[in-house]
Amino acid sequence: MDFFGLFDRKQKSGQIAKSRLQLVLFQDRMNTSPEMIEMLKSDIIKVLANYVDIDEDGLDIKIGSQADGGSNDAGPALMANIPIKGWKKR
Amino acid sequence: MGEVIVITSGKGGVGKTTTSANLGCGLAAAGKNVVLIDADIGLRNLDVVMGLENRIVYDLVDVVEGKCRLKQALIKDKRYPNLYLLAAAQTKDKSAVSPEQMVKLCDTLREEHDYILIDCPAGIEQGFKNAIAGADRAVVVATPEVSSVRDADRIVGLLEAAEIKNIRLILNRLRPDMIKRGEMMTIDDVVDILAIEVLGLVPDDESVVMSTNRGEPAVADENSRAGQAFRNITQRIMGHDVPIIDLDEVGGFRAWLKKTFRKGN
Repeated sequence: MDFFGLFDRKQKSGQIAKSRLQLVLFQDRMNTSPEMIEMLKSDIIKVLANYVDIDEDGLDIKIGSQADGGSNDAGPALMANIPIKGWKKR
Repeated sequence: MGEVIVITSGKGGVGKTTTSANLGCGLAAAGKNVVLIDADIGLRNLDVVMGLENRIVYDLVDVVEGKCRLKQALIKDKRYPNLYLLAAAQTKDKSAVSPEQMVKLCDTLREEHDYILIDCPAGIEQGFKNAIAGADRAVVVATPEVSSVRDADRIVGLLEAAEIKNIRLILNRLRPDMIKRGEMMTIDDVVDILAIEVLGLVPDDESVVMSTNRGEPAVADENSRAGQAFRNITQRIMGHDVPIIDLDEVGGFRAWLKKTFRKGN
């Protein structure tokens, strides 16, 4: 009971609805245009390639919630897992 | 030349048919020549909401299949002589009509009528594609709930992909008391998320259920707040600048109504 009371005071359900929708729609919009994710991927690779050697096959980019990363704010977040083979010699 | 407006939502049960009936009656009351098309083949309902269920002889599928002339299938409304209903077939399915046939039908109706309103079925499949095929404008109906707004967003994307430029939002079943308490998304929240212009706000109102029970759309009821909201939307569709309804006033009216009702008892 106390827990719910606390939760209630923290954030009203209207606000929760809005932030949940923002996240889910971000994912929906991305999923309806997979080519956008591909473009994003290739652009990120292009930029990073100036600094590091990337394992392109191991590259994983997805849209998730910031909450997944431990933050309290549940807004959408771009999560990228980019394995690095080594630094570029300058 | 008339204008073809599709009334759509993605999600079912948010008020597409009620909105279609009310806007049709509203436009007819304003003197416009209007045809309402029920595109929900297999699940027709616009006829009962309009109170015209006993007058159907021919339907939309009969027209496209050439079983009757278009004029024979247009059911004249009880209240407005300049309002017609083209009912959906109840025993067929969505594939009985093609988008090309809908475009042709809309183009024919456009010649003699000011507004053609199409009540779109729920979903994004064939029925939706048929309903939007001939449309110049779209009205997206949503309620301030996560499921409805999510589906509305998808619909807006599909309408844009179909190159329908004029897309407006009707937010239906608003509860000002809940918005005040922070337990319902605000109008700004929904507009923020969907990023389309608001055509109108309709409060959650018992009178809509009551008038639908009778087969008489609320727009004709002078005492109905939802009816007033639909009258305002009608004006905006015709291009008149009418301010958006004040929700606080709606709350005040509900309170007043409750008080009066108790006194009456």
